[in-house]
Amino acid sequence: MASITLTSVKKTYHGNVTAIHGLDLSIEDGEFVVLVGPSGCGKSTLLRMIAGLETITTGEVRIGNTVVNRLEPAERDIAMVFQNYALYPHMSVRGNLEYGLKNRGTPRPEIDRRVLEAARILEIEPFLDRKPRQLSGGQRQRVAMGRAIVRQPKAFLFDEPLSNLDAKLRGQMRVEIRRLQRTLGTTSVYVTHDQLEAMTLADKLVVMNAGVIEQIGRPLDIYADPQSLFVAAFMGSPGMNLVDIERLRGLVADLPASIPSGTGTIGIRPEDIALDEPATPHFTISATLEAVELVGSESLIYANAQGLSEDVVLRSQGIHRGNPGDPLTLHIRHEVLHSFLRETGRKAAA
Amino acid sequence: MVENRPFLSILTHAVLIAGVIIVAFPVYVAIIAMTHTDVTLNSGAPLLPGGELVANLIAVWTFDPPGAPPFWLMVWNSTLMALIIMIGKIVISIVSAYAIVYFRFPFRTLAFWVIFITLMLPVEVRIIPTYEVVANLGMLNSYAGLTVPLIASATATFLFRQFFMTIPDEMMEAARVDGAGPLKFFRDILLPLSRTNIAALCIILFIYGWVQYLWPLLVTTREEHFTLMMGVRQMAGAQKVDPQWNIIMTAVVLAMLPPVVIVIAMQRLFVKGLVETEK
Repeated sequence: MASITLTSVKKTYHGNVTAIHGLDLSIEDGEFVVLVGPSGCGKSTLLRMIAGLETITTGEVRIGNTVVNRLEPAERDIAMVFQNYALYPHMSVRGNLEYGLKNRGTPRPEIDRRVLEAARILEIEPFLDRKPRQLSGGQRQRVAMGRAIVRQPKAFLFDEPLSNLDAKLRGQMRVEIRRLQRTLGTTSVYVTHDQLEAMTLADKLVVMNAGVIEQIGRPLDIYADPQSLFVAAFMGSPGMNLVDIERLRGLVADLPASIPSGTGTIGIRPEDIALDEPATPHFTISATLEAVELVGSESLIYANAQGLSEDVVLRSQGIHRGNPGDPLTLHIRHEVLHSFLRETGRKAAA
Repeated sequence: MVENRPFLSILTHAVLIAGVIIVAFPVYVAIIAMTHTDVTLNSGAPLLPGGELVANLIAVWTFDPPGAPPFWLMVWNSTLMALIIMIGKIVISIVSAYAIVYFRFPFRTLAFWVIFITLMLPVEVRIIPTYEVVANLGMLNSYAGLTVPLIASATATFLFRQFFMTIPDEMMEAARVDGAGPLKFFRDILLPLSRTNIAALCIILFIYGWVQYLWPLLVTTREEHFTLMMGVRQMAGAQKVDPQWNIIMTAVVLAMLPPVVIVIAMQRLFVKGLVETEK
């Protein structure tokens, strides 16, 4: 187990396409870090650079106290779980688990002990002698995890490991991965584009966009206090409502004076818009109902306010019965507003 | 054709049956000839089986035809030639396909295309320069001369390349993380995964080597290197006495057997190897 430190890490392809723009990140020993971002943001590339599957153009990657830039993946003492599992199809589950240990020259009794241990933890003992193709998706996923665990590496690297599973199984495995990581206490880096996974798994969340880190922080801190327009729009489902300040001024006369100067966009979380009048200071917007999505436990209401370019989404507990065209009054408390600078898209300082 | 008219089915069947007869008749004549004496055969080809089958089957192994080596030696030569070609081709092509798919080296694409282009140049096309090279290297009348020029071709390399490209990159990456170097990955992962492909290619290449006629005819002038395909021809042609048709036909039929047996026995494996990829 070890910490991982990235210093000014940069990745350039063919000398001109830059995938990662000089990036710093430090991962504590035993920490579970999730890299999240849209496709093509460089999160997988970053993970593969830590793994040693991609070369590092400039900068430095340290695992523990060792600079690993020039080390082969196997020498870095990390284990990786792939999206498509990448199990060896001609080997039994036992063979898959053993392979890395055998290549390291681990003594036979030690191999057997570790394989049984991992199989017990992951509840795959009954399948040890089966081939991967005889297993279900969830079982293969467990074997892929097992292959990482038996190695007792310094760090686990996960590359979207759950995206091939159906929604229910994904939920189960998510909980299981978290539990397992807590038990083993192994430093983990996890790449995903699924923000539910990102929010629930991470000790530390790293939101990436176009090869740079947009924000690093604890998941709830990032959700509550996004530092840029990108993070505001990306985290949360549905994402934050982003409204141009000029259009809002045209609609609302009594906007709070606390909005910092230079603000170009105001963000409001869907759950922060209320249909009932709150007791604290607030302003209101008149709108008409466009559509309602009933999720079961809550309703997503799409409202159209004259003068705004896009529908406003709000989240309301329980089931909201309403028809398109119904008038709505949206109540927005002053303290829930997020202000972003017109120039940079960064959060505006209060 | 989805049309269902009696006249058309009769016609199509007639055409097909005629085709089968044209192809099968010479084989039938050869098999019938196996069962007669040379005296009967020299007075015209019979169409019904005779009673000399066992005698001919025994005689063919001991018969020493003028102008050709003994039958057993030709069988041995043909087997050896087919096996060397088969093994040589598979070894060379699987290794070169591995290099082309998994390693980034200068002129990699060029190397692939040069190999690929040889697909357009079978032995028959390049036979004169190839003969020249083999003769200058002193490989006439040797097993090396018989096999080396036939080993050099791209078919198998191409097939292995296509197969390797269907194996996900993550497999190689997982092996790297597991501490397998290039040789270990090749031996532990790639070779076992290629098993069915190798088996299918073995069949194709063995038969390819077995039926070679033109090349052995050119490079061998001494009887001890004659192969079955060309030697049988010599048995019939190079004598002043009447040819022993019963023995020759027995040799012909026996020469046809290995490919037939192999195809029938390995049919399922063969099809599996060509169409199915195990991932």
